[in-house]
Amino acid sequence: MSPTPSLTRRQFLSVGLTTAGALLVGVDFAGCARNDAPPIASKGDETPFGPNAWIRIARDNSITLLVPSSEMGQGVMTALPMLLAEELDADWSKVQAEFAPAHAAYFNPLMRRQQTGSSTAVRGFWGPLREAGAAVREMLVTAAAKTWSVPLSECTTALGEVIHTPSNRRTRYGELIEAAAKQKIPENAFTKDSSKYRYLGKAIPRLDTPSKVNGGAVFGQDVRLDRMLIAAVARCPEMGGKAKKFNKEAAAKVKGVRNVVEISSGIAVIADHFWAALKGREALAIEWIEGSTAELNSAAIRSQFKSSAKSGKVANKAGNVEDGLRAASKTVEAVYEVPYLAHACMEPMNCVAHVRDSDCDIWVPTQGQTATQRAAAKVLGFKPEQVNVHTTFLGGGFGRRSETDFVVEAVELSKAVGVPVKVMWTREDDIQHDFYRPATYNELTAGISKDGSVVAWIHRIAGPSIISRLYPDGVKDGIDGTSVEIAAQLPYSIPNMHVTYAMVNTAIPVGFWRSVGASQNAFITECFLDEVAHAAQRDPFDLRRSLLKDQPRARAVLELAAEKSQWGSPVPTGIARGIAVAHSFASFVAHVAEVSITEGKVRVHRVVCAVDCGFIVNPGIVAAQMESAVAYALTAALYGEITIENGRVQQSNFNNYPLLRIDEMPNVEVHFVHSDEPPGGVGEPGVPPLAPAVCNAIFALTGKPIRSLPIRL
Amino acid sequence: MIKLTVNNQQRDLDVEPQMPLLWVLRDILGLTGTKYGCGIALCGACTVLVDGVPIRSCTTLVSAVEGKNVTTIEGLSPDNSHVVQQAWIAEDVPQCGFCQSGQILAATALLASTPNPTDEDIDKAMAPILCRCGTYQRIRRAIHRAAGAKT
Repeated sequence: MSPTPSLTRRQFLSVGLTTAGALLVGVDFAGCARNDAPPIASKGDETPFGPNAWIRIARDNSITLLVPSSEMGQGVMTALPMLLAEELDADWSKVQAEFAPAHAAYFNPLMRRQQTGSSTAVRGFWGPLREAGAAVREMLVTAAAKTWSVPLSECTTALGEVIHTPSNRRTRYGELIEAAAKQKIPENAFTKDSSKYRYLGKAIPRLDTPSKVNGGAVFGQDVRLDRMLIAAVARCPEMGGKAKKFNKEAAAKVKGVRNVVEISSGIAVIADHFWAALKGREALAIEWIEGSTAELNSAAIRSQFKSSAKSGKVANKAGNVEDGLRAASKTVEAVYEVPYLAHACMEPMNCVAHVRDSDCDIWVPTQGQTATQRAAAKVLGFKPEQVNVHTTFLGGGFGRRSETDFVVEAVELSKAVGVPVKVMWTREDDIQHDFYRPATYNELTAGISKDGSVVAWIHRIAGPSIISRLYPDGVKDGIDGTSVEIAAQLPYSIPNMHVTYAMVNTAIPVGFWRSVGASQNAFITECFLDEVAHAAQRDPFDLRRSLLKDQPRARAVLELAAEKSQWGSPVPTGIARGIAVAHSFASFVAHVAEVSITEGKVRVHRVVCAVDCGFIVNPGIVAAQMESAVAYALTAALYGEITIENGRVQQSNFNNYPLLRIDEMPNVEVHFVHSDEPPGGVGEPGVPPLAPAVCNAIFALTGKPIRSLPIRL
Repeated sequence: MIKLTVNNQQRDLDVEPQMPLLWVLRDILGLTGTKYGCGIALCGACTVLVDGVPIRSCTTLVSAVEGKNVTTIEGLSPDNSHVVQQAWIAEDVPQCGFCQSGQILAATALLASTPNPTDEDIDKAMAPILCRCGTYQRIRRAIHRAAGAKT
């Protein structure tokens, strides 16, 4: 087989028919030619999809898309079907979405695995799903034209019908499936011009809303199976510790408890219902052996970061900062710090596994189907394809659900007891056994010239690396790209820059947290830039605008946020505005926050958000994600902090890890910069610029910069 | 045996009286629309109505609701026709959706006692229910919409 310069439709599409007569379309991004690929298998009516089918068009005219990405609130279960429906000229009222199983055919091309993260769902499937829709549409049109014996050019499509324009004959897609399945997969089915869009660009209501207002949507927590037992696991509160002694008999005596099992993460109590499992877990009265982390605490971690900060590896270098600083008439220096953060998904971690001799079913709210399959296979000594993954709705993900620790627990438990087991985490388990957003320590220096321009910028970052744990090969020359995102790619025209990163890994596990490194680095760089503006006696908006002269997209969102918030106009007494901009996940977002301080409490009244996320697939969903990002980031800015004492996380529930409530929610206004660029990310890019916008407003109010989070006045 | 009425259905339950209502609903009766989020009445995901009053089922013993009427999200309407559900659909409120059963029931109780709530009324009544996705702005709008639809 010779290498192909690009993937053509014939190579990545395949079609088949179910025994019930539904048209199945498979899409494969593996990159190899499809002429050697097996036809789509169908097991019959009860399982109408084969292992790699994506699209089902049924006799009743319903069109179902198997959504490969996980729905965790970001709207992917609506946005991806919209891509298909548009090019297929489908009737939206007949479009349905189901969660895809775990299979290589559903890999996100940008992630190279089946995973939902890095705001890539729409970005990854934007091309393939529209092209698949266009190709299938052409097969349906060709089938109709042949049936009617009319020229193809006289046929068109609309709302799920092929129409022969001269005679106004019409036939629904559901009536064409057998004939369409016999057509050649077109090499060149052209996608529409955006001016012709019926669905894309419209605030189409979410397909999952009806099931989310009546309790019908099934989350991982809600899975119930015949003979299923429910487990609670006691994990050592100190990282790396082990159980020394526990009272198995006392736990077993609790009414409803069926079994006590030691697994790799701790001691599990398995019961008829979760309440019995919890009571049994308490009855274990475990004595823990202190591990190597008994001395670990937040202060020690901080001094480790601090002592390493100056020995970082270069992440970005431009010009010569020493020369820049020598030429400067003024320098600004500051230390910025951010804490570890928990994800606190509204739905605590959970997983159901049913292990049998030669295969295994897993029901799980996961962001990582491929990782789930591999993790379960590893525990069981199976091949990944012996593990069936049933993705449920996710009660929040935010990166936490790309991990597989809860999957391993459920698999070990079901293997031990031979029946389906649902492992449920309490909120305390969830907060204390997370993979935390990294804490970091940052030293910054900037030089300002006589005319008030920024001529030098030094940023030294020290903190733990996520990638070194998850994908060690992804660390290049000591740099974890996620640790320096935003910081190493500042959009500003500053002639001399030096950005370094010192990797300091500790026993505190770190992981992806909504917007990852951008979540802390935008706070650090955008707040420090306001300090620089202050020292240069320049308006923060004007300074940014001038530094963004070569960055039209970043500048446009900055200007739009300023315009819509009437930046520079008088504000009521006691209120100040702050502005910040960030480019992350291929989108640009600027926020202006209006903030007051009353009796020592920060109040954010209004956030004006301007976003350029390329082509806007669904403005309703994009606006919701910006509102969501504001709430998520404001929670972190006001309250978020995980601290460590004696190797233990000190926070445990919403009393000491509080989340924003409705009475603290600012009024969020979302404005769009319209763009013909391909779609950018949407779930994450609203997070990074929020904390700095708020903190810059506080700086304007009090004259005191906020250099660490959470905000303390 | 503990007797209670759940969604207008009489139930005789052979459970321990100290069992929290939440686990009776979810693990015994299979009414999984009511969610577990914190276990200590701080997140409101487990909110149900007892004789029309919103309570946190995670810290309410099943014996405390003996003889009372419990309404869960499944009991609001069989077909999403309740005015609050309709308003939630019209404003496309849910994102992940996990907290929404509690939000909708709390809003239902608010509107029953305060048919035309102000923003302050809404903040006060809804503050016990956390939403990690930040749907608060749409929740406010949906409650105003439902109030308007009722009058």
